[in-house]
Amino acid sequence: MSKLKSITKKRLFLPIFSMILVILINVVYDIICGNPPLSFFTITIRAITGDSSVLYGRLIDVLNRGSEVAILAIGMTLVVSSSAGTDISVGSVMSLSGGLCCMLLAGYGVTNVSEYANPLWVGLLAGIAIACVCGLFNGFLVAYMNIQPMVATLILWSAGRAIGLLLCNSQIVYVRVPSFQVFGSYVGIIPTPIIIAAVCILIASLVLRFTALGTFIQSVGINKRAARISGFNSAKIILLTYVICGLCAGIAGLLATSRIYSADTNNIGLNMELDAILAVALGGNSLGGGKFNLAGSIIGAYTIQAITTTLYALGVSSAQAPVFKAIVVILIVVIQAEPVKEYFKKLSAKKVAAKGAKA
Amino acid sequence: MNKDKKVKINSNNLLLIITIALFVVMYIAGCVVYADKGFTRLQTFLNILINNAGLICIASGMTCVMLTGGIDISVGSVVAMDCMIIAVGIERWGWSSPVLMALVLIIGVVFGLVQGYCIAYLKIQPFIVTMAGMFFARGMTAVICTEQVSITSDRIFTALSSYKIEMPFGIGSYVNKKGIPQIPYVRASVIVALLVVLVIFLMLRYTRFGRSLYAVGGNQQSATLMGLDVKKVTLKAYMLSSFLASVGGICYCLNTMSGTTTQAAGLEMDAISSAVIGGTLLTGGVGNVVGSLFGVMINGTISTLVKTNGKLISSWANIVTAILLCFFIVLQAVFVKIKERKKA
Repeated sequence: MSKLKSITKKRLFLPIFSMILVILINVVYDIICGNPPLSFFTITIRAITGDSSVLYGRLIDVLNRGSEVAILAIGMTLVVSSSAGTDISVGSVMSLSGGLCCMLLAGYGVTNVSEYANPLWVGLLAGIAIACVCGLFNGFLVAYMNIQPMVATLILWSAGRAIGLLLCNSQIVYVRVPSFQVFGSYVGIIPTPIIIAAVCILIASLVLRFTALGTFIQSVGINKRAARISGFNSAKIILLTYVICGLCAGIAGLLATSRIYSADTNNIGLNMELDAILAVALGGNSLGGGKFNLAGSIIGAYTIQAITTTLYALGVSSAQAPVFKAIVVILIVVIQAEPVKEYFKKLSAKKVAAKGAKA
Repeated sequence: MNKDKKVKINSNNLLLIITIALFVVMYIAGCVVYADKGFTRLQTFLNILINNAGLICIASGMTCVMLTGGIDISVGSVVAMDCMIIAVGIERWGWSSPVLMALVLIIGVVFGLVQGYCIAYLKIQPFIVTMAGMFFARGMTAVICTEQVSITSDRIFTALSSYKIEMPFGIGSYVNKKGIPQIPYVRASVIVALLVVLVIFLMLRYTRFGRSLYAVGGNQQSATLMGLDVKKVTLKAYMLSSFLASVGGICYCLNTMSGTTTQAAGLEMDAISSAVIGGTLLTGGVGNVVGSLFGVMINGTISTLVKTNGKLISSWANIVTAILLCFFIVLQAVFVKIKERKKA
């Protein structure tokens, strides 16, 4: 009993537990359908068009498709930790950065090109830069104007996508150049998004491990005033987390754009902010700010993608999937809620008392 | 005493006054610039009301929730779910529309009850709970039906939808391009929306529940010390919001006469921005439903202006609204800062 308790109290318990649960559902499903029970994990090399071959399998699919959410989850974790609020503009910022990049690569008003109008790096850099500017704007409102994060980011939530549409002249801009498509397709046999996500995660964890940034962010999140009195520039740190979040949104946006080699401004990053927030919650992080756990968030992000992929495999349509996601969210947050925890504590205390009375 | 009163007028009503002034200025500017395109007609104004009747109801509910310092982002999806239930109920199940409307209202109340319970009693952040609610309602819309369903077969509903209430004495009547005289009209949904605003206005001003909404949003601790059941008030606020979202959903459905899974996407943000533009503080405790009404009207005027221009891309409306939103949010923050400084 006490062993079980010590396991459930581990910080990574929730995300890993839910991940295992999802995988188990997959295994059971495969057994019922008569597939080999471990077909979720099997990775094969399949030939695609031409003579190139790539890795193929459900696990690879989860890792591949989950890249955007995983990258967003990095930024979102930091924002949640430092400001006890969420950045709901990331989906819109993704769309904006993708839109600007494609607009620059194709030229304004052109909808279909097979040649760059500007060099590739200009487009990519501009996409990332605009996302950082968005982060700066959000961060300024939150850190220096003391506006609730959700409200401050509401502005770009509605304006970001609109500006993206404006840049693309309300059209879908196709950039059919192989060197642009590579970010969303494959390098050798490995899907590029997996590599990009891995690099982002690696950099983030290295920075947090070998600099004091993580500690700064957490202390600001736990008590802003105390952090300021002990010599941190709280506002600057909050601003920085929002800029990082914007940067992550920019990278994710370019990835999503490259995947479909077009700037479909209306749909890129749609509802992505919700997935990112869900990943943070699923990762065992408190949405009230303070201590954070990046590994948890990232496992959470891939868990969400695994849930989505599983639902699709079970024949649930993409429009119906939110019902299940909603139930998952509610279950997770109800388990984490203070009154519920207290109720269980009381219950176990009663049990102990009863045992004591018997003895 | 006198000085205190002055401060009150400054901080609480100034935002409302700015909003109303902005609306008037914007509308008059529209009248001057687009006089030749029929912007000066009374019907243009009434059309804004007709198109936004649902949003007015939703924004009223949102105002009540925001007064308690919370937020409800599930309303847009609730509207979509309501429209789908009504559409599928009429076309596929063959139910009569009054039954369906009652059903939708009950669903709204139950939905609000669950959300409110999670927020008030389990102390989960409103944003997270209503986000899950938003996911759930949107998904349920697709579970009910994934196609677009148009309402054609119910007589009561179609009659209600096309019922015109013409202006008395032919105020503002004009002759259209074909030379036929037209009397400006409103739809039944507008009457419902204005009634909702009136009821909420009176409730907020004169009832115990209305006053306790302000108290809870102002300071939870002192509200508790005053003997208010903060949890109960919060729960009721979310129930009210979901109920009004359902009323808004019916109004919305009367306008669109169909149900789709993507319907009313982003409506919750329109409602929030209307309330914010109308002077409701996001931190709670300050706000007025009349302001929200004008917030909706400003939103409606902006999109009408963009549409009347004809050359602009529709996303300009979003951008202008976002700029206004930014302006009002910053203004609010400044007000709060001034207040804090006065206290200290």
